[in-house]
Amino acid sequence: MDEARISRRPVSPRLWLAGCWLLMALLAAIFAPLIAPQDPLAQDLMLERLPPFWLDGAEPGYWLGTDSLGRDLLSRLIFGGRIAFIVAFAAATSACLLGSALGLIAGYFGGWPERIISRVVDVWMAFPPVLFAILLVAVLGTGLSSVILAIAIIDWTRFCRVIRAEAMSQARMDYVESARIAGYGRIGIMLREVLPNVLPSVVALLSLEMGIAVIVEAILSFVNLSISTDDPTWGSIIAEGRLSIHQAWWVLVFPLITLILTVLSFSQFGEALKARFDPVLR
Amino acid sequence: MEPCLDIRGLSAVLPNGQRVLRSVSLSVQPGEVRALVGESGAGKTMIGKAVLGVLPKSVRVVEGEMLIEGEDLGRLDAKARRTLIGARTALIPQDPLTALNPSRRIGAQMTDRLVRILGWSGERADARIRQLLDEVQIRDPERVLKSYPHELSGGMRQRVLIAAAFAAEPRLIVADEPTTALDVTVQKQILRLIAQLQRDHGTAILFVTHDLGVVAKISQKVSVLYAGKVVEEAETAQLFAAPQHPYTRALIAATPRYTDPYASLKPVDESVLAGLTAEIAAADKDWRPSHG
Ligand SMILES: Nc1ncnc2c1ncn2[C@@H]1O[C@H](COP(=O)(O)OP(=O)(O)OP(=O)(O)O)[C@@H](O)[C@H]1O
Ligand SMILES: [Mg+2]
Repeated sequence: MDEARISRRPVSPRLWLAGCWLLMALLAAIFAPLIAPQDPLAQDLMLERLPPFWLDGAEPGYWLGTDSLGRDLLSRLIFGGRIAFIVAFAAATSACLLGSALGLIAGYFGGWPERIISRVVDVWMAFPPVLFAILLVAVLGTGLSSVILAIAIIDWTRFCRVIRAEAMSQARMDYVESARIAGYGRIGIMLREVLPNVLPSVVALLSLEMGIAVIVEAILSFVNLSISTDDPTWGSIIAEGRLSIHQAWWVLVFPLITLILTVLSFSQFGEALKARFDPVLR
Repeated sequence: MEPCLDIRGLSAVLPNGQRVLRSVSLSVQPGEVRALVGESGAGKTMIGKAVLGVLPKSVRVVEGEMLIEGEDLGRLDAKARRTLIGARTALIPQDPLTALNPSRRIGAQMTDRLVRILGWSGERADARIRQLLDEVQIRDPERVLKSYPHELSGGMRQRVLIAAAFAAEPRLIVADEPTTALDVTVQKQILRLIAQLQRDHGTAILFVTHDLGVVAKISQKVSVLYAGKVVEEAETAQLFAAPQHPYTRALIAATPRYTDPYASLKPVDESVLAGLTAEIAAADKDWRPSHG
């Protein structure tokens, strides 16, 4: 008949920019040994505090300048991206799986599972997250896996709350009742009928959470609680840059820009992805 | 003949003890359309939900029996009850938008049910769905099957739901105000379609409505519900020719022309309602659930 309204919105510039930046940063991190112009750990006191390429005194091959130990800033940022992305993917995915599963159960089943899960979430959220993270890493010990674990343990509640509310409103819809009448089991309805409808939100939150994980990792590195200090991380570069802000501003500014762009891109990417994922908005 | 649906003395209460159904008895013969008419809040939807096993958690059945083709739902365990309801009944819902899953394609939703619940092969289910879409006069099944619910108009969605309801050849369909959410022009077509498929498939329908015009058009028997109580039941022609209960009479009088399905109800005469309310309050006073 005549009622079709199948329109596809063109890819928004937001999605493009965010996606390009993330893809570039990700590829750079994966192929860091091939791409980085210098060894990120090589110190050379003859080359200390070189400015970025457009200023007087810059050396070719050291595009963003060097830090106070003469290490190449661009190479350190590229290698720092490895840890940032590993933490982003691992921590956000773990938080997402745990939080979304509990949220879906609480929202769809209601009753006592809902009461227990909501109570735990309330208690969890009473802790200030950054302090909680520092505390956890202090207990778990520093290292990549404890940083990932700490972020997942803290941030699953973000997924749980949102997905619970969405699953709850979906569970009240008539299509869930129709599925009951047709004879589907409860778990089947939860997974096959309700889950696809909360998935766009899960995806958006997942991307947002990756950005948050990048920040938390940077904060932990900044207070020297993250990975071993040898490997460059964005947070540790920022911490060093802060000390030499007056002599070499670039050591602070470039990692900050990188961090902010990445975090913003993750959240924008998530929003745009949600809109494309949702059949009603699409 | 054994009734397709037999409800005997069904009572249900809210947590505060208020009764929403008062010893409702009602039966639908195989292949018959039974209208259930009454004003908003009378409990029409509750009866449908009780039959289909989806009463809200807060509503509790305290007495009575429900039999589907002679099988007492109360005597079956939960799983057997679900299987029985799934295999022999279907619902045509009031709001065709929320009754379809917004994030799944129509085709997947329709065939899934036949394949996963009834164990049909994919091809058989697909052929069946196409046949039903043809019966509800959907001309471009390809496009509809690939669409998401929001891409179709309300009338199209309701056709899809009617097709889905008849697809598994249920013995009983509960149609809960299947036309109220639709445009007036579409209502007539949808009503005609339901009547057509009902005749072709010989399916019994419990047809919930508040519209006497629709009752006159579609049903052979009527139950008139007021405040959870069946105040009168009769053959449809009989009900209009010689209504027995004052509430029925008032209801008919309040409908400008009951042959016009689109005329809306006027408020029923106050004195009739006052009498009924008193009668029901008196009955409530001595009422005790027979068990539970
Ligand atoms: N989920 C619920 N929990 C408790 N009470 C409810 C619930 N849903 C409805 N009720 C009450 O049960 C009574 C019967 O409601 P029901 O929905 O069956 O009416 P209805 O005859 O279908 O009305 P309508 O024509 O408006 O659809 C009403 O008094 C209503 O307030
Ligand atoms: Mg109703």
